[in-house]
Amino acid sequence: MASRKPHREQPTSFQWSSENMTWCEGQMQKYPEGRQASCVIPFLWQAQKQDGWISIPAMEVIARQLEMPYIRVYEVASFYTMFNLAPVGEYFVQLCGTTPCMLRDAEDLKEICKKVIGAENTINDTGKLSWLEVECLGACCNAPMVQINDYYYEDLTTGKFEEILLKLDKGEYVEPGTFNPGRHTSDPEGENTTLTDEGLYDGSMAKKIRKLPNSEPTVTE
Amino acid sequence: MLQDKDRIFTNLYGLQDYRLEGAKQRGAWNATKEILEMGGDWIIDQTKESGLRGRGGAGFPTGLKWSFMPKEVGDRPHYLVVNADESEPGTCKDREIMRHDPHLLIEGCLVASFAMKANTCYIYIRGEYIFEREQLQRAIDEAYEAKLIGKDNIHGWDFDLHVHHGAGAYICGEETALLESLEGKKGQPRLKPPFPAGAGLYGCPTTVNNVESIAVVPTIIRRGADWFKRFGRDRNAGTKVFCISGHVNHPCNVEEAMSIPLKTLIDTHCGGVRGGWDNLKAIIPGGSSVRCLPKDICDDVLMDFDALMEHKSGLGTAAVIVMDQSTDIVKAIARISYFYKHESCGQCTPCREGTGWMWRVLERMAVGDSSTAEIDKLLSVAGQIEGHTICALGDAAAWPVQGLIEHFRPEIEERINNYRADRGHMQVIAAE
Repeated sequence: MASRKPHREQPTSFQWSSENMTWCEGQMQKYPEGRQASCVIPFLWQAQKQDGWISIPAMEVIARQLEMPYIRVYEVASFYTMFNLAPVGEYFVQLCGTTPCMLRDAEDLKEICKKVIGAENTINDTGKLSWLEVECLGACCNAPMVQINDYYYEDLTTGKFEEILLKLDKGEYVEPGTFNPGRHTSDPEGENTTLTDEGLYDGSMAKKIRKLPNSEPTVTE
Repeated sequence: MLQDKDRIFTNLYGLQDYRLEGAKQRGAWNATKEILEMGGDWIIDQTKESGLRGRGGAGFPTGLKWSFMPKEVGDRPHYLVVNADESEPGTCKDREIMRHDPHLLIEGCLVASFAMKANTCYIYIRGEYIFEREQLQRAIDEAYEAKLIGKDNIHGWDFDLHVHHGAGAYICGEETALLESLEGKKGQPRLKPPFPAGAGLYGCPTTVNNVESIAVVPTIIRRGADWFKRFGRDRNAGTKVFCISGHVNHPCNVEEAMSIPLKTLIDTHCGGVRGGWDNLKAIIPGGSSVRCLPKDICDDVLMDFDALMEHKSGLGTAAVIVMDQSTDIVKAIARISYFYKHESCGQCTPCREGTGWMWRVLERMAVGDSSTAEIDKLLSVAGQIEGHTICALGDAAAWPVQGLIEHFRPEIEERINNYRADRGHMQVIAAE
């Protein structure tokens, strides 16, 4: 489980990049006047994207920006488990261990993590990798799977997973998605059993509807 | 079996273009203006008439929910909030809608918001779905550009659609916790009443609907409530995206008619259970929160709200988790208990303390280090969590445990006996 305690060594300050500053202003427009506190999760997330984790100074800056008491921001940062309160590896591997993935041998993937990276929640020697077992990531039809930084790597086997980790450790890029050559996304392996009718895609569904069902009086064309 | 022409999500697998042109070609945004011209009451009546029940788990009639909103806008604006915080273990259907058929969702948001007199809609998507969020945002930008939504759009109803995201909390799938989170707080459920239709987001009238419930509406209205009602049994109308995971040969998402026999669903679309139907041990039919079913019930049960309710289980999100004979069922349910322990928001004592207690006991039971009397105690504690919390997470944590004991008690007892036989005399320790 993710540690919910702030890291021992904190930086002295936090500063948004100019790009993120503009981004923040744009986000504020999404919510009504006086409701800027709604931005707290997106802001914390962006701060994490910028620095890799969320420091106390970052929370303080965000609190001032959104005119919230600092403790309210801290409360949110420590409640939501996607916020890293301590540094993680350059590639942060989040391994889904909940029952649907467990049934498809996610525990074996955990062993690979231990073997290649080391103990949970620790960064490996190269600084490239760290890992964490997380709860259901919502890709159960493509189990077992992991999230590495932003994207999902699905239908993994121990062999393929180890290969991915070793590549990332060397700084190589690995394309996310399914690792089962017989699948595209969450379709069944091999021949699809549905959505094979060409008639769905020939434009016939886009034909002008003259009259909506159950609509009296008649809708003008 | 449902025919392709009757499927709503024609790009479920992302094999076609998800963008506006592709979506239009597949029938999205067709006659949207005419739908709005028929008026909000008509839209709500059609939705009621279709028999659509909420697709997020509880199965509450969607049209009826919409009718709880105030008829006229007073001094507070109305909001539609779409619950895309899909986190129920086993469920991965909304994800496919958002990344592959986002325009159906956007169109649904417009139609539903118009019917409820809301000019603003927020889609609250779970934090982990980053690709889905990007994909959805791209589609929304396209819709703004094409003037399908936004100020002075071609449909004549000013409408803003925003994507908001969470940061990894299952509890935010509960509607009032979601609203709290959207307001920038910890996701802790609110006491009801007041219900969101009275005081929801920012204290304003709000309706919270699941992604699938909203995304199917435009198609239902285009093709008619009678068309939708043709599928499934009475009171369980329509088509539904099923997510089948676990021990089947080909796990997949598939849109099928409601009330399809569970065995047919698995045999037709998933290549059957691993090792054949007789190798089946149990199935969780509606996401981790519902009670599991042993094989003899799975043989002929229908996949709809009422049929599964009769067996004290539920359709939930229609996430079918299949477990074959090789499964250690106690361990599988213990892992679910761990999930609830991890996700309890900590607000109500029975849930905060009870979920952890049940998990620790189940972990011991999985190896047999327990006693038969403790099975009864576990059942009793589960009963004391169920119904004694603000939100349904407490219930959801208790049901899988109750299901396990109801259907697999002899297996737990056997394990305890074997463990004890190996060790001679031993004393049972308390859970703490």
